[in-house]
Amino acid sequence: MYAFEFERPTTVDDAVKALASEDAQALGGGQTLIPTLKQRLAAPETLVSLGGIAEMKGVCIGDSGEVCIGGATSHATVAAEAGQYPALAELAAHIGDPAVRNRGTIGGSLANNDPSACYPAAALGSNATIITNKRDIAADDYFQGMFTTALEEGEIITEVRFPVPEKANYQKFVQPASRFALVGVFVAKYSDGVRVAVTGASEEGVHRWSEAEEALSADFSADAISGLSVPADGLIGDLHGTPEYRAHLVKVMTGRAVTASA
Amino acid sequence: MPKDGGIGASSKRREDVRFLTGRGRYTDDININNQTYVHFLRSDVAHATIKGIDTSSADAMPGVVRIFTGADFEGIGSIPCGWQVTDRHGEPMQEPAHPVLAQGKVRHVGDPICAVVAESLEQARDAAEAIELDLEELPAVVDMKAAVADGSTKVHDDLTSNLCYDWGFVEENREAVDEAIKSAAHVTTLELVNNRLVANPMEPRVAVGDWNAGTDDYTLYTTSQNPHVIRLLMGAFVLGIPEHKLRVVAPDVGGGFGTKIFHYAEEAFCTFAAKQVGRPVKWTSSRSEAFMSDAHGRDHVTKIELALDADNNFTALRTETYANMGAYLSTFAPSIPTWLHGTLMAGNYKTPLIYVNVKAVFTNTVPVDAYRGAGRPEATFQLERVVDKAARELGVDPIELRRQNFITEFPYATPVAVEYDTGDYHATMDKLAEIGDLSGFEARLEESKKRGKLRGLGVNCYIEACGIAPSNLVGQLGARAGLYESATVRVNATGSISVMTGSHSHGQGHETAFPQVIAEMIGIDESQIEIVHGDTATSPMGMGTYGSRSLAVGGSAMVRAAEKVINKAKKIASHLLEASEADIELKDGQFTVAGTDKSVAWGDVTLAAYVPHNYPLEEIEPGLEETAFYDPNNFTYPSGAYCCEVEVDPDTGKVTIESFAAADDFGNIVNPMIVSGQVHGGLAQGIGQALLENCSYDENGQILSASYMDYAMPRADDVPFYEVDHSCQTPCTHNPLGVKGCGEAGAIGSPPAVVNAVVDALQRAGKDVTHIDMPLTPGKVWAAMNG
Repeated sequence: MYAFEFERPTTVDDAVKALASEDAQALGGGQTLIPTLKQRLAAPETLVSLGGIAEMKGVCIGDSGEVCIGGATSHATVAAEAGQYPALAELAAHIGDPAVRNRGTIGGSLANNDPSACYPAAALGSNATIITNKRDIAADDYFQGMFTTALEEGEIITEVRFPVPEKANYQKFVQPASRFALVGVFVAKYSDGVRVAVTGASEEGVHRWSEAEEALSADFSADAISGLSVPADGLIGDLHGTPEYRAHLVKVMTGRAVTASA
Repeated sequence: MPKDGGIGASSKRREDVRFLTGRGRYTDDININNQTYVHFLRSDVAHATIKGIDTSSADAMPGVVRIFTGADFEGIGSIPCGWQVTDRHGEPMQEPAHPVLAQGKVRHVGDPICAVVAESLEQARDAAEAIELDLEELPAVVDMKAAVADGSTKVHDDLTSNLCYDWGFVEENREAVDEAIKSAAHVTTLELVNNRLVANPMEPRVAVGDWNAGTDDYTLYTTSQNPHVIRLLMGAFVLGIPEHKLRVVAPDVGGGFGTKIFHYAEEAFCTFAAKQVGRPVKWTSSRSEAFMSDAHGRDHVTKIELALDADNNFTALRTETYANMGAYLSTFAPSIPTWLHGTLMAGNYKTPLIYVNVKAVFTNTVPVDAYRGAGRPEATFQLERVVDKAARELGVDPIELRRQNFITEFPYATPVAVEYDTGDYHATMDKLAEIGDLSGFEARLEESKKRGKLRGLGVNCYIEACGIAPSNLVGQLGARAGLYESATVRVNATGSISVMTGSHSHGQGHETAFPQVIAEMIGIDESQIEIVHGDTATSPMGMGTYGSRSLAVGGSAMVRAAEKVINKAKKIASHLLEASEADIELKDGQFTVAGTDKSVAWGDVTLAAYVPHNYPLEEIEPGLEETAFYDPNNFTYPSGAYCCEVEVDPDTGKVTIESFAAADDFGNIVNPMIVSGQVHGGLAQGIGQALLENCSYDENGQILSASYMDYAMPRADDVPFYEVDHSCQTPCTHNPLGVKGCGEAGAIGSPPAVVNAVVDALQRAGKDVTHIDMPLTPGKVWAAMNG
């Protein structure tokens, strides 16, 4: 690890100011960034911890019934307190291991946008709204490819608002070493249609499977997608699975998520 | 009634109290005043010529004490290899030099080029980044068959090729085996890969070198399974330090699994540099470094052919293996695919003709050496897979085919040079059928079907050669060391005992099990006996722990030394009791004159030995301390039968292990609980190899699975609750305890059970799948199912 300055502001405003300095880097729960620093693969001048900002922590219910989660809320807190959105709480309960769940935050995960992370699938599958210190961003506009988002330099995710669907479920087929999603599929059925978000599979990061959404909006059953197939083009191929295997898993996991939706 | 002490008792592991409460003292816990830290700048390419190293900027960095390069080791010895294999033509293996720091070329990712010694580790790392390397990349030699093809780039320019040796065993049988296969009623052929593994002990390697300027003595603290071997190899062959000036200490060691047997460059570096810089030098491996510097295991590519007659009797076996040595010869590397592999190819079967060919190959990869089982898992895997395949081809029950060909009379001389002293393979198979509830399989199969899962049953046997090894025999086979073990039993004045053993415990539980033996012999409480190990200054010259040898060889040395102690104590007792020595009996800590009520306690005798006021000084010396060296006259041959039931998810290819049963014959058992624990650990590592673990290289020699993000270690939920049994006991006939060793069995016997089970599941589902190479990842199984 290279030497760096460390700041722990207690308000969003102070955090924004701290992040304005040169080569400053926001630190959420540190479950990706700290190992990266230890490997000397990043060299920020200043680390700005968001962990001391009380207004960015916790789970509450918004005016329209949406589940609102502070950007610095840990996965364990979401698992315990987001019971209004059971599929989301369940997803949070199965991210990483206890250390990751107790330290890692939803804002950190969404800002990093790891192509195999779980939260991006929930956010995109729910068309959540990503609230930053500057603006509100619809999930459809937020995710822009592997490790790439709509966030600008120094912009902080202060809250994420999830509209609660009628039914939803997340199915994760884990990569056996990292236990990130080899393929994860989040299915959410809203009154105006079904959304299907896929993580782990694509070289472009989290994405929606529109053919499945159409079919499931017409008929919310696993059978509805039986005639569909996922092209392997653009899917990840690595030690743990070929693009063809991942394409197959997208369909299997989608079917299972539909069946398991409650 | 379970015993509450002595041989056969499940005494709780006393060492676990300190391990589990954070009170262990590991090498990294050792910090010496004025210590420096070393960081190794390692090659990030697999193969390159070193055109230049410029350390001028780095030398001036804050905290830098000194930067070493390969040039500093000119005239210093090469890291030695401890075993010379002779090839089919009677020629010695090709043996390249292995410098402490790279000289001229780098030969694998992780090969150390420079060593930066600094005031802190971070300063050393900073300076390493300022070193300018001029490396001219060369084509990487990765694939073994390509490596030995004409025109391949050479890993070592001064060798004639990348072939270390071409070994044939037994060479005289070669033509007879060929003939038998030609004329067989049936031949089953299987080509397979035994996947490369990284041992991944919980504690990474650490070395702290210290040099005493006043006495010119060196001390090396290191994470080793055999400190005396390190002292001999490093002192005599690398650094030229005589043994009396070099102490090697291996304190608490957090797991070894073979990978901490070997003498590594980092150990020699820290010892050497301590004198050069006049300060202690410490190195602590990171997990990332461990993946590219700890010796790897396995990595065989094999073709095996099993010939059967019309009655399904095995008539001949022929196997050809390419064994990866990596870029340099690690300490015992040449012996693993030969003498620890070829000699086991008979397995549990009376196959009359066997020929084993092994081509050991240099590649631009991390050196490969022993990993839990070491050669025997590779032998067992190919044999038990081909037997299973044969049964399926012939439409006969895999268990019955095995039983039909079992060796049943002992001693049994195999056609591959070893003689099994005892065993009862039908007994372990019977026991397996019972604990694995094999007769209930069909019902479980139906239940799985109802849930849409494909269930399979895999069964196999194994035999291993442990208790390594008779020194005169291994000497003939090329070992450059003896493989005896030593012990000193030091009885203290008040009767407590310290046993200094050359065996080393790094998780095996010696500190608990060894005292049980002494307690049984003398009849005193186990708590009165302490095991001292891991320090060349306190223990007699010993060969350390590997090859499931500690109790069989080290325990035997301890028994011999204890016998000497007891004989002397009886002499003292006979004096104190004024009786004939021949009439003295020792039981429950009391010396009694046979047939009388005259007795004297153990503690009174030991006190007399050290306070010899009333003592026959003219006949016997005072004191009560004896040393014994024990050299076994054969290997031991643990054996067993294992079964595994799996479910395969037909939609994803994911394999789950539903049950695993192991019926082992380890001969006599000292501590059944520790034995069960050893089997559990071995099974977890064997299941890990079968389903999860794989050290994968790309064509450029980069490790693709160089961290836990991609190298899958088995976790608790990857393995089932095990059914283990070791009640089948045919005691070893040639060591005093009748023990055989249990440390490696689980890792040897389990991979074929898992693969046999998956193949069984797929064939029952009508899939035309005869083999899948390990690890059986979901993606591979799905691809196999779907053609």
